[in-house]
Amino acid sequence: MTNFPAAISFKIGIYVEYFVKWLMKYYGNVFDAIGASILWFLLNIEKFLIWLPWWIFVLVIFIMGWRIKKFMAGLLYAALLILIGGFGYWELMMSTLAVVLISVVISVVIGIPLGIFITYNAKIEVFMKPTLDAMQTMPSFVYLIPALLLFGLGKVPAVFATTIYSLPPMIRLTELGVRNVPKEMVEAAHAFGSSKWQTLVKVQLPQALPTIMTGINQTTMMALAMVVISSMIGAKGLGMEVLIAISRIDIARGFESGLSIVILAIIIDRLSQGIANRYKIPEK
Amino acid sequence: MTVKIQVENLTKIFGRNPKTVLTRLKNGDSKDAIFKETGHTVGLNNVSFEVNTGETFVIMGLSGSGKSTLARCLNLLNTPTEGKIHVDGSNIVEYNKNELREFRQKKVGMVFQHFGLFTHRTVIGNVEYGLEVRGVSTQERSEIAKKTLDTVGLEGWEYRYPRELSGGMRQRVGLARALANDPDILLMDEPFSALDPLIRRDMQLELLDIQAKLKKTIVFITHDVNEAFKLGDRVAVMKDGVIEQIGVPEEILAQPANDYIADFVQDVDKTKILQAKNIMVKPNALVSLKDGLKVAVKEMQTNGISSVFVVDSERKLQGLVTIDDTIAAIKEGKTLKEILIKEYETTSAGTCIQELIPIATYKKYPIAVVDEENKFMGIIMRVSVLAALI
Ligand SMILES: Nc1ncnc2c1ncn2[C@@H]1O[C@H](COP(=O)(O)OP(=O)(O)O)[C@@H](O)[C@H]1O
Ligand SMILES: [Mg+2]
Repeated sequence: MTNFPAAISFKIGIYVEYFVKWLMKYYGNVFDAIGASILWFLLNIEKFLIWLPWWIFVLVIFIMGWRIKKFMAGLLYAALLILIGGFGYWELMMSTLAVVLISVVISVVIGIPLGIFITYNAKIEVFMKPTLDAMQTMPSFVYLIPALLLFGLGKVPAVFATTIYSLPPMIRLTELGVRNVPKEMVEAAHAFGSSKWQTLVKVQLPQALPTIMTGINQTTMMALAMVVISSMIGAKGLGMEVLIAISRIDIARGFESGLSIVILAIIIDRLSQGIANRYKIPEK
Repeated sequence: MTVKIQVENLTKIFGRNPKTVLTRLKNGDSKDAIFKETGHTVGLNNVSFEVNTGETFVIMGLSGSGKSTLARCLNLLNTPTEGKIHVDGSNIVEYNKNELREFRQKKVGMVFQHFGLFTHRTVIGNVEYGLEVRGVSTQERSEIAKKTLDTVGLEGWEYRYPRELSGGMRQRVGLARALANDPDILLMDEPFSALDPLIRRDMQLELLDIQAKLKKTIVFITHDVNEAFKLGDRVAVMKDGVIEQIGVPEEILAQPANDYIADFVQDVDKTKILQAKNIMVKPNALVSLKDGLKVAVKEMQTNGISSVFVVDSERKLQGLVTIDDTIAAIKEGKTLKEILIKEYETTSAGTCIQELIPIATYKKYPIAVVDEENKFMGIIMRVSVLAALI
């Protein structure tokens, strides 16, 4: 009586498989089209970043660091970037960056309208909340499976998985930002005869902007974290270096590529957080 | 005097199914009972009143009495459960979306208790908001906004942010924002309640000033009786969603309709509200110049008084005679005119009692109330002034 009875068995996986097959059969070309356009954007961004002379990129990051944080910060970021270049990872870093950038853009484009939509639809929220929770707590590897199924191996599924993983904070924080606009302010907008759209664009979104910017910061960090994992399905980049190093137990290589990712994460986080802070509306 | 806002049998119930509670309310169930049994809150219960054009109509009541609910029904921030609200003759409750937006843009402005300013906009950006929503051109709206800011005394602060302003100044921005649209009606929901007493007084005076110039129709909400009586042409007192009494301040003060209102008004400084006309009396005795000395003596003796006012044939006040002087004059053969005393105080009907206190306490004769043409209207006895102090 200690073993679980064999009579109780559920075969759900097979239905998921049917569903995915059905999707591929009837909407295969839709996914192909989506995949093709993502790939086109991705390749162009990547090409541009790699084409960019290295010192211009370092200079841009230096100036951003200086303007957004302070002079020393800019200097530090520039030095750290040169360090990554010194490891021989310049191009790989740009590939990683390209995937992060495009995933963040897609997350913003989908996440902000969705976040706004949820604020206005309490019923949807009931079901969105657990979905978002699940999306965030699920081990990130799991996203690789549908990505693989829908797009095969390569860069596109990597972007897809990265986007899904980094989308929730964008939706959540947009919703939070819009919902937390003081009630009296929204009422004032209504009292002066604003339409819903005017209220949204002139009052709610500007008020929610700091929170939305924080959302973009978080989304970027999530995307960066995921990009390492998504290299498992064939996205070239720093993540793949780490994977290779692990499989070969190459400590030196693992350290250098790991450190590069950490550096990239720190720079992106500080810069985007700095930008987010600029939009804060001081209370007093 | 034309009616600007006419509210008829307005009821507002908060909750899931407001309509289902209506019958209970009509059967006379109390607000508490309805809340306990159905979870619905009665905000307004069958409220009717009218506001005249150019009038400042104050709604006063304790917290939770439904004042805000009422004000917010007037621009449909709250949708009434039942009833009609006519503004300039058309029922705004039946407005469709576009009509409502136009109504809010052009006819009615609102000032909020906690200002409700847009913190991401500059002062002028706030004031321009209503015009912007209406689609007024950039240049025109900045001109109008600047002019309006001058009206409320905020010139030079245009490009600051609300956070850089004191509470009083923020509410001036709130007022300017409402005025910029040049609405006929201003809804002010406890606009000064969040301010310090001294600043509150300044703002009240300023509002009186602005109102004297602009002559808007104002619906002003407050829980402060003194504020209500200072600003209101007429005052409505609310309790549990019902209007308990409507009247001019003196009326409510002199004849409170019930104990709740009497309680409410008891700590009002009556001397600032009550005017000469509220405490003056028609004198029992009055002598005309042509009557002569003997009539004067007889008037005073029959009424048991020691002095009497004398008027001419047009009822214009000429002076006052005492009984001693009059009897002496009869013996000496003088005329009434010769013994008239002029050292008495006169006042107009609209003078506050506060201003009468010093003259009432020192002078031995009653105070005469006269109109602009010096026509005699009545007298104020010292005791009535002193009685108002209690
Ligand atoms: N949105 C709302 N939902 C439920 N009940 C409300 C709402 N607004 C007001 N009420 C209730 O209606 C009553 C009147 O409130 P209100 O008009 O704000 O009073 P006042 O402004 O006089 O303090 C109170 O009992 C309050 O709790
Ligand atoms: Mg209120």
